[in-house]
Amino acid sequence: MYKYDQYDQAIVDARVDEFRDQVKRRLAGEITEDQFKPLRLMNGLYLQLHAYMLRVAIPYGTMDSRQMRMLAHVARKYDRDYGHFTTRQNIQYNWIKLEECPDLLADLATVEMHAFQTSGNCIRNISSDQYAGAAADEVADPRPWAELLRQWSTLHPEFSFLPRKFKIAVIASDEDRAAMRLHDIGIQLKERGGVLGAAFYVGGGMGRTPMIAPLIRDWVPAEDLLSYSEACLRVYNRYGRRDNVYKARIKILVHELGAEEYTRQVEEEFVHVKALGIDPPVAELERISAFFTPPAFEAGLTEDVDRSDPDFAVWLDQNVKPHKQPGYAIVNISLKPIGGIPGDATSAQIDTMADLAERYSFDELRVTHAQNIVLPHVAKRDLYAVWQALNDAELANANLDLISDIIACPGMDYCSLANARSIPVAQKIAQRFADAERQRDIGELKLKISGCINACGHHHAGHIGILGVDKKGVENYQLTLGGSGAEDVSIGKITGPGFSEDGIVDAVEKAVEKYRELRTGDERFVDTYRRVGVDPFKEAIYG
Amino acid sequence: MTELRFRTDEVLEQPAVTMDAFLDQSNATAVRLEPDDDARALIPHLGRIALIEVAFPKFRDGRGYSSARILREAGYTGELRAQGDVLVDQIAFMRRCGFDSFAPEASLNMADVDAALARFPLVYQPAADAGVPVWKLRHG
Repeated sequence: MYKYDQYDQAIVDARVDEFRDQVKRRLAGEITEDQFKPLRLMNGLYLQLHAYMLRVAIPYGTMDSRQMRMLAHVARKYDRDYGHFTTRQNIQYNWIKLEECPDLLADLATVEMHAFQTSGNCIRNISSDQYAGAAADEVADPRPWAELLRQWSTLHPEFSFLPRKFKIAVIASDEDRAAMRLHDIGIQLKERGGVLGAAFYVGGGMGRTPMIAPLIRDWVPAEDLLSYSEACLRVYNRYGRRDNVYKARIKILVHELGAEEYTRQVEEEFVHVKALGIDPPVAELERISAFFTPPAFEAGLTEDVDRSDPDFAVWLDQNVKPHKQPGYAIVNISLKPIGGIPGDATSAQIDTMADLAERYSFDELRVTHAQNIVLPHVAKRDLYAVWQALNDAELANANLDLISDIIACPGMDYCSLANARSIPVAQKIAQRFADAERQRDIGELKLKISGCINACGHHHAGHIGILGVDKKGVENYQLTLGGSGAEDVSIGKITGPGFSEDGIVDAVEKAVEKYRELRTGDERFVDTYRRVGVDPFKEAIYG
Repeated sequence: MTELRFRTDEVLEQPAVTMDAFLDQSNATAVRLEPDDDARALIPHLGRIALIEVAFPKFRDGRGYSSARILREAGYTGELRAQGDVLVDQIAFMRRCGFDSFAPEASLNMADVDAALARFPLVYQPAADAGVPVWKLRHG
């Protein structure tokens, strides 16, 4: 894991100092809320329906136990004893007091954490594959590249007032666990003759107008990574639309220009930018990479796991994934208990996960874009002990990638942008499908719920997606089918007229039962949908 | 009116003309760039320009940051002024992009400006100023 040196620490400390000063000016009435707003947003502090919400950055979703315990501490000391893990691999706290926020950021800074650029029209937290360093199919660990981008994008003087927010993901496998092509820039590391380079996909995104990012360059060498990124951003900063907030994301620019013309402009800018000497020497990437060398895995560990406890066996089959190192496994901790709030965890649960990471996973944790937690490096001999501890903490939900493993935005229960509530819909659907055997029979089904068109709940990328809208003052829910955020990326299509809160739960069930009727072989829901098309589902839902 | 200036040469009295007027008029030495003007169109003429004023009609419109860097990258050494909705917490970014004078619509508190400019002595990326990126400090 990356460790700060004195420079990184000084920058984070200065940020705390700056925000303390800004809050002081606000509380003293020297600046108005209007003037304060852009300042607090640069530090991830939103004013929501009921209180301030603070979003803390978890760069590329990676933490150690000390940092995870700090998140529990923040929940206890500054919030109502819980936090909410987000689709951007970050954590949000919903009940923050403005006057306590500087102390909160100071506490975070003691464990190399911050809220830099977790909101605002700037380059946001860099996201990545939650299995980085553990997945057998990666060409390299993508996180050193993500860290290089994190540093480059932090307080970038030219790109802090972009037309709109800007999200970058870095992965290193053909299997896409990070929704890479639904980012403003999606980077996939590749290997050629023992050398690493990056494929750039630019102009993806969700929101009101979902787009899948086209490939604009299949090979950017490591030594050009930052200058090429800078060229991509500069073309966007100059020519991205600023006349309409809904058309301001880079996806609209790339779409309107066409990928070919956007690429031409980037390449032209790149020739210029490259000559400026702004790329760090390769030694810097090597320095960062040294923090991400594999942990001291033991050799010769047993591959056998005692499956005699049936509840454990179910969890093992559903939530534990193969690791590249023999004798080890990747453990997924689902934050989706039936009837719970997707992504929420109490301070006690956060502490439990930190303890388990320290004891069993080489002190590492990951946050996933599906709002779950990963222990990336667990010896198979320890799996049962880990499961028992998780079970005691009510964290052994064996539903990874099943219909109750729902992504949901906070919706109108918290968010000032929302038109409808997301959480109660997620809870009702999970309860409808509470029968674990039925869920497993249905198999992989990614259900995602957004409470407004901004699509924070990734509904466009759901095998089943739900979008909450306001229809003449009443919450109404549209159903989309056939989306995917994985390597088979696609945008879901609306089935037809929307539903009431209870109606949408029935509609989901009818679609799922239609799939069970139509599926052949080991088809997933989305495979059947793609084979048969929307009509049979429409008939089942509306007929 | 320029409120903050980081240059020692004399303030130019000539009013800045629009980009179109400048390109038509061979004797102007001061030009004003609106956010949608292409800074690169000025590059052939930089030798005779003493002042480029970059307009920020709204602080959220960040196109002027790219305009400034493009001009400095092209070797422009004259005065580069940020005019308009220029706020104290943007001055440090603007300095890094090459602005060396400021004409904000609303008056700035100079103590706040000084604090903001002193706050981040370390930078992660090279820009149009003399700031040395942290990676250079690490690797020499």
